[in-house]
Amino acid sequence: MTVKTAAGAPAKKGFWGWLNKRLPVEDFISTQLTGYYAPKNFNIWYFFGSLALLVLVLQLATGIFLTMFYKPGELTSFDSVEYIMREVDYGWLIRYLHSTGASAFFIVVYLHMFRALLYGSYKAPRELLWLLGMLVYLALMAEAFMGYVLPWGNMSYWGAQVIVNLFGTIPGIGPGLVLWIRGDYAIADSTLNRFFSLHVAALPLALLLLVALHLVALRQVGSNNPDGIEIKEKVGADGKPLDGIPFHPYYTVKDVVGVGVFFVLLAIVVFFVPTLGGLFIEAPNFEPANPVSTPLEIHPVWYFTPYYAILRAVPNQRIGALLLLLAVAAFFFLPWLDRSPVKSMRYRGWMSRSALALFALSFVVLGFLGLQPAEGLYVVLARIFTVIYFAFFLLMPIYSRLDPVKPVPERVTYHAH
Amino acid sequence: MPTEVRHGAARLRADRAAACALALAAVLLSSTVPARAAEQGAAGEPAVAKEGADWESWHADNNVADLASVQRGARNFVSYCLGCHSLKYERWSRLGTDLEIPGQLLQQDLLPPGDKSTEYIVTTMPTTDAAVWFGKTPPDLTLMARARGRDYLYRYLKTYYVDPTRQTGANNLALPTTAMPDVLSEVEGLKRAVYRDVTTRGEGGQVSHSQVFDHFEPLAPGRLSAAEFDGFVRDTVNFLDYVSEPTQTARRALGVWVVLFLLVFTWLGWLMKQEYWKDVH
Amino acid sequence: MADHAVVAEEDVDLSRRKFLTRATIATGAVGAVFAAVPFIESWMPSERARAQGAPTTVDLSKVEPGQMMTPVWRKQPIFVVRRTPDMIARVAGHDGELKDPKSDSSEQPKYCENPLRSRTPEFLVLIGICTHLGCIPKQRFSAGELYASWPGGFFCPCHGSRFDLAGRVFDGSPASLNLRIPPYSYPNPSTLIVGEDEKGAAT
Repeated sequence: MTVKTAAGAPAKKGFWGWLNKRLPVEDFISTQLTGYYAPKNFNIWYFFGSLALLVLVLQLATGIFLTMFYKPGELTSFDSVEYIMREVDYGWLIRYLHSTGASAFFIVVYLHMFRALLYGSYKAPRELLWLLGMLVYLALMAEAFMGYVLPWGNMSYWGAQVIVNLFGTIPGIGPGLVLWIRGDYAIADSTLNRFFSLHVAALPLALLLLVALHLVALRQVGSNNPDGIEIKEKVGADGKPLDGIPFHPYYTVKDVVGVGVFFVLLAIVVFFVPTLGGLFIEAPNFEPANPVSTPLEIHPVWYFTPYYAILRAVPNQRIGALLLLLAVAAFFFLPWLDRSPVKSMRYRGWMSRSALALFALSFVVLGFLGLQPAEGLYVVLARIFTVIYFAFFLLMPIYSRLDPVKPVPERVTYHAH
Repeated sequence: MPTEVRHGAARLRADRAAACALALAAVLLSSTVPARAAEQGAAGEPAVAKEGADWESWHADNNVADLASVQRGARNFVSYCLGCHSLKYERWSRLGTDLEIPGQLLQQDLLPPGDKSTEYIVTTMPTTDAAVWFGKTPPDLTLMARARGRDYLYRYLKTYYVDPTRQTGANNLALPTTAMPDVLSEVEGLKRAVYRDVTTRGEGGQVSHSQVFDHFEPLAPGRLSAAEFDGFVRDTVNFLDYVSEPTQTARRALGVWVVLFLLVFTWLGWLMKQEYWKDVH
Repeated sequence: MADHAVVAEEDVDLSRRKFLTRATIATGAVGAVFAAVPFIESWMPSERARAQGAPTTVDLSKVEPGQMMTPVWRKQPIFVVRRTPDMIARVAGHDGELKDPKSDSSEQPKYCENPLRSRTPEFLVLIGICTHLGCIPKQRFSAGELYASWPGGFFCPCHGSRFDLAGRVFDGSPASLNLRIPPYSYPNPSTLIVGEDEKGAAT
């Protein structure tokens, strides 16, 4: 073991000493791993951050290899995907890992975001952390949308058509903007090729940058926890939070279990139900893009369907598009909409709890409705739940302040196991 | 007097016994009728008095691991489908390897003369001519089982019926006004669709009548019996399922090992985690 | 402080802890290696490459005596030379000028380990790629064509390597090995299959 003295003359020897003079490896370990104290009361909701990072690495690795065999272009894309599936050794596995990974990414990210809603992790001093996370979410949605266009199946084509047309609703610049995005008079080869470049190069770089900033911001303020207490406010004689434990080895070890469980579930899907009944890879995408034949039902992949349901809830295209935008934008305002003196749902009253429960329900139900045809009862339900969805945000300044809160304990609640 | 009464009573008892016996016999006989219908009905389908009434709930129930079935399906495809439809993402040699068909046999029985085994399975029908003859280019079938589903393919091949109003003389329940002729009529035989009247009451109280499909009626037998034809279709759908994703059996086999390994790894990780977390209070 | 979250117990079972950590890491490492396999395997020639690299059939009746055909096999030029009796005679008599006269270091199938480096005396089958840096040598079959004692063979224009009418490399050439010979066979006297012999198709 080495001790870094305050005078900065570390007693390190050999290669390790040589390396640490030139790169702060030991510093990193002692400040970010063994010396970073995280709350000891993390529960299951705290797995999803590290899992999101894992899925990002998975998508990068599988994506890099797919790019070795995929040939972008309206005449070659679809065929090259089948080439990967059939003729490249283990190509099918790399492809399914990537397609399942995309859906896994959103499952993990939604649960990760829900944790923040549960425990008030977006509240001061973590507002910027939350905003950076929201930017990651936006970049991820763009990345996933463009990635789905690349196989150039019929749903790729028509999904792109619908979503790009949404930009046409912007007053004034709309139609010109759509032409500019497409690079042609309809979704075409030019659109496909630029989406390829953005998906493979630009957005992954943006994602890496945003995730790095997100992590730096996290380490700057320290993690929240299920009790919503700031552990740094109670330190011991050694200056370390009494309710904190070193990230390494306790959370590295715990995250291994999370990774294991995640991989089991991922493997079950990849090897046994890779299309998940059409949810992860939609059936129309096994037919090549056909500009003159729309699939019976067009809808985006499941992770976009809540917003799709909101879009279709309103009979006016322009207002629907605006609502879709607001539905995503609303999240950005959470740190300032929430006026509760208490962070965690554990100590909030029935108003905040019901609001969050209804919001979560509305998100799930809207997601289901987005997969159905927009007719009859489905439209009625979509309208009701759109109202509930927005009410969560719009009424929050009121109910978060009126809510009878419970006393917050001084120390975190933890049961040794 | 008493004797007559006794005789009369006995006769009554005898009559009643006879009546019971007849009733029992009738019940027994009638119960064999549906059983016989079930024997004639296709394997796997519930016995219905009306053939095809429940077509929308038919399932292919195929098993891609059943190699013999997939082989028969391949033979069926080459005989009845390759004339118009391609499998342009599958190579003959791949078919030979996956279906365990030795090169000689592949060359002899399946490969069209002049084609090399490393080539893709492409129909000889020129696409432009096909578009003119049928009004539509016969689509490539490699991915059809994934695009439309195996159940759909099964229902499609089994719900052709005679329709004199159409150019091909045939129509289809799964894909109404299909451009494809009933190529399997030689194998299945011919059948016609019988409709029934349905009255529906609209919102304003108006009554409308419509014709709804009720059941099929066989018109002429084909080369195969109903049960044999059903097996024929299931084999063909099974083959189309295989060809839509040739790696699927390998995928599932590998998956078992991967999941088992990951379970072991997770269990070890769990034990390790529990051990370290004893420190935490 | 007793109040701290982490208390190192005296009876913490270090050996169990070490064992479990090592077992988990070892299992993880094994898993990582297995996980790497599909990615590494994906770089092997795909079905398409293997199909395109399937054996090539050549109609030998098209080659005149003293002439050369150049079919392609696995994207490489194959020299199929129909040697005249005079050319066959000119293969011998200059072993002293060759770097590898017995083809000990060079690459050829077992059935070509003979003075003429071929299955039959008449036809020579070579991979037409110079064993120096990969250019395609040119034919110089006539005696005396390059210099007075030139017995006929091949000349590589890139860096001047010379090979005889059995593809063997001359001293003074930058190349060190004789021209490589692919697996091949004759299903009948007028047909040559490059890439397939008794062992089956080349992998």
